[in-house]
Amino acid sequence: MADRGALPASLASRVLKAVLLILLAGALLVAGSTLYNGRLAARQSYDRILLGAAQDIAASISIQSGRPIVDLPVSAFELLAQAPEDRIHYAVRGPGGTLITGLDETEIAPTARRSGTPSGPEFFDARLNAEPARFVRVTRRFAERDFSGSISVTVGQTLRARQAMAVGLMLDTLLPMMLAGLALLAMSWAITRSAVRPLAALSEDLAGRDPYDLTPVPTEGLPRELAVMLDSMNRFMGRLDRQMEGMRHLISDAAHQLRTPVAAIRVQAEAMQDQPDEALRARALTRLLTRTRSLGALLDQLLSRALVSHRTESAPRALLDLREVALEVVERGDHELIAPGAELRLEIGEDPVMVRADAFSVGEAAKNLLVNALKHGRGPIAIGAERRGAEAALWVLDAGPGPEPAIAARLGQRFERSAGSREDSAGLGLAIVAAVATAFDGRVALEYPEAGFRIALLLPAAPDEEPTP
Amino acid sequence: MTARTALPRLIALLLALLLPRAAAAQEGTASFGSGPTDLLLRSTTDIAIIRPVMARFAERNPDLTLRYEQWGSNALYALGRAACAGRAEPADALLSSGAHQMLALVNSACAHPYRSAATAALPDQRRWRDELWGITEEPAVIIYNTTALSPEDVPRTRFALLDLMRKKPELLRSRIATYDIEDSGLGYLFAHADSLEATTFGAMLEAFARIGAIATCCSLSIIDGVSEGRYYIAYNVLGSYAEARAAPNVGIILPEDYTLMMSRSFMIPKTARHPEAAQRLLDFLLSPEAQGMLADLGLIAPTDPAETSLLPSARRLIALSPPLLLALDRSTRERLFRLWDEAFSPDAG
Repeated sequence: MADRGALPASLASRVLKAVLLILLAGALLVAGSTLYNGRLAARQSYDRILLGAAQDIAASISIQSGRPIVDLPVSAFELLAQAPEDRIHYAVRGPGGTLITGLDETEIAPTARRSGTPSGPEFFDARLNAEPARFVRVTRRFAERDFSGSISVTVGQTLRARQAMAVGLMLDTLLPMMLAGLALLAMSWAITRSAVRPLAALSEDLAGRDPYDLTPVPTEGLPRELAVMLDSMNRFMGRLDRQMEGMRHLISDAAHQLRTPVAAIRVQAEAMQDQPDEALRARALTRLLTRTRSLGALLDQLLSRALVSHRTESAPRALLDLREVALEVVERGDHELIAPGAELRLEIGEDPVMVRADAFSVGEAAKNLLVNALKHGRGPIAIGAERRGAEAALWVLDAGPGPEPAIAARLGQRFERSAGSREDSAGLGLAIVAAVATAFDGRVALEYPEAGFRIALLLPAAPDEEPTP
Repeated sequence: MTARTALPRLIALLLALLLPRAAAAQEGTASFGSGPTDLLLRSTTDIAIIRPVMARFAERNPDLTLRYEQWGSNALYALGRAACAGRAEPADALLSSGAHQMLALVNSACAHPYRSAATAALPDQRRWRDELWGITEEPAVIIYNTTALSPEDVPRTRFALLDLMRKKPELLRSRIATYDIEDSGLGYLFAHADSLEATTFGAMLEAFARIGAIATCCSLSIIDGVSEGRYYIAYNVLGSYAEARAAPNVGIILPEDYTLMMSRSFMIPKTARHPEAAQRLLDFLLSPEAQGMLADLGLIAPTDPAETSLLPSARRLIALSPPLLLALDRSTRERLFRLWDEAFSPDAG
């Protein structure tokens, strides 16, 4: 808990950051657009006021004895005072631009003078005493007996009120948005917190567990995203559990299988120590050697079994041609060592016999099948692979009668060794075959054709058109 | 521009050009304090009246020397315009009773903006653009000679004054005085406000014409004239001056139909050499202490109706806002002057 600051950013803070970013971007966008719209609205409304004032003044112009007279109405100024903080400008000019009345002698006029006299009011931007301002010019034409010509009224105003209105409109929009944003932040914080809360319970559960407890963690009531993660974690724990189980089996197998031969070797060696007779000693030595060799073979099998059970759990499945497995077993020539001179045939066809499995494990199974036949069966022996409908078979055939049905029924169990059986019995070998069959969704079949006994490893066939990687 | 309006401006301008510190055009000068920094205040307020306030300011700010120049309002305006255009020596602060003239200066971008807690506390009517501030609130009153008028004749409203002029023209012939609006910016401002305020204005001018009222200059001489019995009634006199003068035999009436209130406006020219010192002066003038002193001097009329017998609805403060610019409009002035000239023909006075 103390070093929480060093931990990577929490989910809640990431979500908050993202929400904040979205809000900021949104606020900028809204601020920009409302400021733009606000300026437009302010321009329109204040332009109307300006125009109203100009028309008020224009309406107050009269011609008296050939002279234009302006009776400036207060109402025009009160209209302009709607923008109370803005400086104003007005000028009434007769024909030729002569000033009739106004605040200032300097003429402020639209920059782009159009040819001819404009009919409607002209709005334009200009500077009023170095401050940006908005102006309108209204022209009124007189055609009296003693005066004819047009009189222009120019009214202008600085922009403070317009800007204040635009900013006010923007703030009016931003304020509710900011409130909504705050609510959104609070909500997203609360939701992330509540979604992540099961994780805390989970980690507490895991921390309090027995180190060998690999049972699945309950996933009820969790958000789907978390349940997915927990499911794969549970699967992983299951695999771990099976591996640990395998390891435990291996250790107890090894203890069980090794204790007897090692004890026997020790007894024989002790007996040899006390044997004075040379001839008897030589015979005992030969027996000891045989026992040691068979212990070696047993160890090989144990290791192979361990490897197989490890690999079937972890090795990726690849496309595999069972004919190649059979061929390899024959070519490796192990049988020459176990039973020199035995006759071994390879029976494979033209078509590939494809399965999805681990090449090493299937190879070990084939080797064990062959070794079993060599040891317990009767020559000639044949090994082969073929497609049987939906299944692919890797089989070994010998001319013997096969095992007793009672033994056959127990085949494939972990210990296939009665007290009297030999150390290098078929038990372990067939257990490996059975393990491989289970691991790759297959089975072991015992068949009794006319000319002997056949044992087959049957695996689901893979479509053979897939290329071998 | 008529010769009448152009002449005083021209004179002021020439004086300002030829004699930057002309003593001739100003009505009086005074100096307060002896600090190293000069603060030049040009004002229309009588030195004699406002002296204690200025002396207190100088006392509070020993680093300043307050140079006080008293001007007529039209001359002050002309000088302000010239200074704004860089044609005359600028003042650091202006304090004028011609609110419309100060407003015009601000409208022409001649002012320096300033904002403080004291200025922000002012009501809207006494502030414009944070460039112009109303320091005082002084009523335009009717004064009368208490011995010449019997109590039942004392006019409490403009209508009563009109009635009195109609009923006793012989008593009042050449005995009514008011400011000459051509000489006095303040007089013009009051007349302009009257012309906007009520239809009585036309009737008033007519009655003035009928009984031969006198248009003359300067608050103090009018007040003294009433006190001495040369005039029986004076219309639109600055109440603060009448109060301060405390002349014998002078009664003061706040007209009950409406009483115009004028606020002396303070402005810091943008060409001021010591705007910071001027801001201190402004904050001081708006401080409770100075406002209290101004109220004691009669420059801030009490707002309590019990004290003034004036209903709040009858107070018409001339607001510092754009419509006041109308007072300076050439055609508006011409029309008002024409009406005035018809009422006060030269041989009438």
